[in-house]
Amino acid sequence: MAEYLIKNGFVFDPILGINGDKTDVAIKDGKIVESTALSNPKVIDAAGKTVMAAGVDIHAHVAGPKVNVGRNFRPEDKLFTYEAGNGVKRMAGGFSVPTVFRTGYLYAKMGYGTVMEAAMPPLYARHTHEEMRDTPILDQGAYPVFGNNWFVLEYLKNHELENVEAYISWLLRTTRGYAIKIVNPGGTEAWGWGLNCNSIHDPVPYFDITPAQIMKGLMEANEALRLPHSVHIHTNNLGNPGNYETTLETFKLFEGAKANNDFGRKQVMHHTHVQFHSYGGDSWGNVESKADAIMDYVNSHDNMTIDLGCVTLDETTTMTADGPFEHHLTELNHLKWANTDVELETAAGVVPYIYGKNIKVCGIQWAIGLELALMAKDPMRVFITTDHPNAGPFFRYPRVMKWLMSKKAREAEMDSLKWAEKVRDATFLSGIDRELTLYEIAAMSRAGTAQALGLSSMYGSLKPGLQADVAVYDYNPETAEDPELIEKAFGNAAYLFKGGEVVVKDGDVVSNGNKKTLWVDVKVNDNPQVRRDVTEKFLRYYTVTEANYEVNEKVFMKNPYRIEVDATQ
Amino acid sequence: MAKIVTDVVCPFCGTLCDDLEVKVTDDNKKILEVCNACVIGTEKFLHSQAEDRLKVPQMQDEEGNWKEVSIKDAVEYTAQTLCNAKKPLMYGWSSTNCEAQSVGHEIAELVGAVVDNTATVCHGTTLIAVQDVGVPSCTLGEVKNRADRIVFWGCNPAHAHPRHMSRYSIFPRGFFTGKGHKARKMVVVDPRSTDTAKMADVHLQLEQGRDYELLSALRVALRGAPLPETVAGIPRETIQDVAATLKSGRFVIIFFGMGVTQSLSKNHNIDMAISLTRDLNEYTKAAIMPMRGHYNVTGSGQVLGWQFGFPYCVDLSRGFARYNPGDSTSNDLLRRGEVDAVFVLGSDPGAHFPISSVKKIAHLPSVCVDPHHTPTSAVCKLHMPVAFVGVEEAGCAYRMDNVPIETRKVVEPPEGMVSDEEFLKMVLKRVREIKGVA
Ligand code: SF4
Ligand SMILES: [Zn+2]
Repeated sequence: MAEYLIKNGFVFDPILGINGDKTDVAIKDGKIVESTALSNPKVIDAAGKTVMAAGVDIHAHVAGPKVNVGRNFRPEDKLFTYEAGNGVKRMAGGFSVPTVFRTGYLYAKMGYGTVMEAAMPPLYARHTHEEMRDTPILDQGAYPVFGNNWFVLEYLKNHELENVEAYISWLLRTTRGYAIKIVNPGGTEAWGWGLNCNSIHDPVPYFDITPAQIMKGLMEANEALRLPHSVHIHTNNLGNPGNYETTLETFKLFEGAKANNDFGRKQVMHHTHVQFHSYGGDSWGNVESKADAIMDYVNSHDNMTIDLGCVTLDETTTMTADGPFEHHLTELNHLKWANTDVELETAAGVVPYIYGKNIKVCGIQWAIGLELALMAKDPMRVFITTDHPNAGPFFRYPRVMKWLMSKKAREAEMDSLKWAEKVRDATFLSGIDRELTLYEIAAMSRAGTAQALGLSSMYGSLKPGLQADVAVYDYNPETAEDPELIEKAFGNAAYLFKGGEVVVKDGDVVSNGNKKTLWVDVKVNDNPQVRRDVTEKFLRYYTVTEANYEVNEKVFMKNPYRIEVDATQ
Repeated sequence: MAKIVTDVVCPFCGTLCDDLEVKVTDDNKKILEVCNACVIGTEKFLHSQAEDRLKVPQMQDEEGNWKEVSIKDAVEYTAQTLCNAKKPLMYGWSSTNCEAQSVGHEIAELVGAVVDNTATVCHGTTLIAVQDVGVPSCTLGEVKNRADRIVFWGCNPAHAHPRHMSRYSIFPRGFFTGKGHKARKMVVVDPRSTDTAKMADVHLQLEQGRDYELLSALRVALRGAPLPETVAGIPRETIQDVAATLKSGRFVIIFFGMGVTQSLSKNHNIDMAISLTRDLNEYTKAAIMPMRGHYNVTGSGQVLGWQFGFPYCVDLSRGFARYNPGDSTSNDLLRRGEVDAVFVLGSDPGAHFPISSVKKIAHLPSVCVDPHHTPTSAVCKLHMPVAFVGVEEAGCAYRMDNVPIETRKVVEPPEGMVSDEEFLKMVLKRVREIKGVA
């Protein structure tokens, strides 16, 4: 493999504490090395450019059944987006729900190397893996959903934590999953009857357990299993005015808990797309930002992390395992609604959504997403996402970065809103002068996410020994004045190295790389009861046999990368 | 001696039963017995064992004389045909695995083909309706575990999906449905008195082609609004009773088939059926599901979706994907004479397309990849026999509820025979050479 030396760039690396210093980055055999280890490197002149580790996305919906529903039921989403194949590239199209090829290319162009699929219904694990397998370049993993799973509900109801752990171990292995995802705990099971759980204390119909018990129980299991990532939560009551109280109640469930793992992860809970969970008021007429209350809590509790879920003011496609929420949404906007309830496990809904600049609430949502980041004290715990495609497409990250780094840019956006003054009244954004630095952006988009995923030994930094995933952006922090340069540079990486290979050059994809698919294999003590329960549930309630449930990694995965954990002690 | 292969997936219909047991000889060469499958499923397995099975590719000359050719020649003819055509049609894809579909798509992209699957003559209208109004649906296990109101509209599972009712919809005892069929109400809507209709609690024997009216009337009845004395030949009171029955259920599922997708009004029928399901969700829980026919037509729509963004009739001839039913659909292209070569795999348009379309195929450079002699292979210039997917080759298939299951290889194919995927990979390699791409 070729050796590279990236010279003279402005390097930003919160792990190494490098804040814009001109430092050389050396690459050999797919890894970052000390520059003394190189013998005959190709030299990349990064003078006047920004150098960071490649981006790591902790939460996006890019592969699997609901994503594909979004593609297939929205032919209109392809309009004006298609590009012909060229060189190593396949033809690729789609706006809010791009094809797998376009997903890979656009992330790579932003200098991202790793993207986690945020919700995998276990019964559809094969489908999720097939799409990830066909997504070029990116290292990926997927989070199976656990928060409405009958095994989990029953074991937790009976306080059988060891059984929960054994079941998690079995399901992660069987589906080749990465982490424990929880979406509207209990509420999605209630949706099987057309119902919901609107607070974390609403009992789940029949199962007689509360969302709070589910979330806490799964967190305890996660820590007992010492998994790389923490529980990854989308709590109840998403998207409703006044829901910030539910969010704070959820956060408080984890007070005092400590992370237990060998992966350098510090949080016991990651809460996703917090923008959707930070609303005050009691109706859409008086909804307002509660980013202050939310961030007060986050800032003072270092055992948790969050991601933003920034609204980007685009036409998009919402999709979530929060089935009842999507039904609620279609009743609000009267657009087409797809839903799939999945036996014993979960559900998902899909509804197109237009975040219009003429709509006050959309402006407020846009402001809240940015406020969360701008109020963050520790950028290693607050991450940039758009909950792609729910609040906006992922390829708007460079625009979000622009808004976060430039008061001028966000004020210009604010002024372009029809109800700018009302939005200002209901939010804090215009009163915030803070402009994030590239060092903070690097924390929020790679160093912090890699650490929260338990992957800091592979990604997120330029420390020797890590995988050589490096992004070079044509952005000179010393001279750049115009905020538009931020959006342009971060959407068109000058270089992306992936595993030591050049996959993007001058904003163009030149290689499909050598993607990996990450999954977690956690060993637990043999648990005959769980084995019996699994067999029994397949015999009686599933419609596929137990033997036909496991994902065959030879067929469905590209370069499976197993992360082993021993939790037998 | 013999051994039993368990958890075998039936590669015939969209029910995609995965509990078959197949007895095979110790050398994995012959199937002795198939258990748990229905008659048509069993037939599919046993058919692969026919002694007179075609094993060598055949080419047809101008006079209609067939001669054997090598696989290499078959690959060459196929690659040349596709590369020389301005706009070839690559049709079928419903009775093969997703891996083969994927390779086919790569070829199609390189040669600028139109890729279409059998939805074009069955549930394509459903796919259009879903694009109009969405679709509230569920997996078949939800039906088994929760549903107490089952509607079959324009479909006859007793014949077309024989194990559907026993595995998923009517008879099984699920988690919340411990009483099995005794606690379920079954409504069948069909102008014919089918074997399925005979089992129903209520059979709405509507006038042919009046589905749209009856679906609308049910929506009206749900709202308690006035109705004329009869709609589609069904008395008002019956319609109101059925609406009340559905409303009073805890979980309603509507299954529908070709009787409603391909009758008068087509996709508009399905719009209305989906809207009825939406409406029902105001009162209770309701879902709707198409009874997909071929065992992996659903998978074809999925793979096309994630690779190109559209579920069928995808035209790649301009270098980017276009989707325009009525224009990029197979029969419209054939009828208008807009395609100049035809490649068929995993379907039998010779049997299912209008004769006017079949005649067009007969006059074009054409390839049929199929284990059997079929009406399609009879009119194509090249017949490439292949191994049976799901019997002699494993691979992914999607059930009618979009659940993917990996089909199994039960026995070895006859010596020297390749699978769909292997054949397509050889063609792809040759196409790349001809096109000069790496
Ligand atoms: S119902 Fe369909 S899938 Fe099941 S055995 Fe019969 S033909 Fe095969
Ligand atoms: Zn999400």
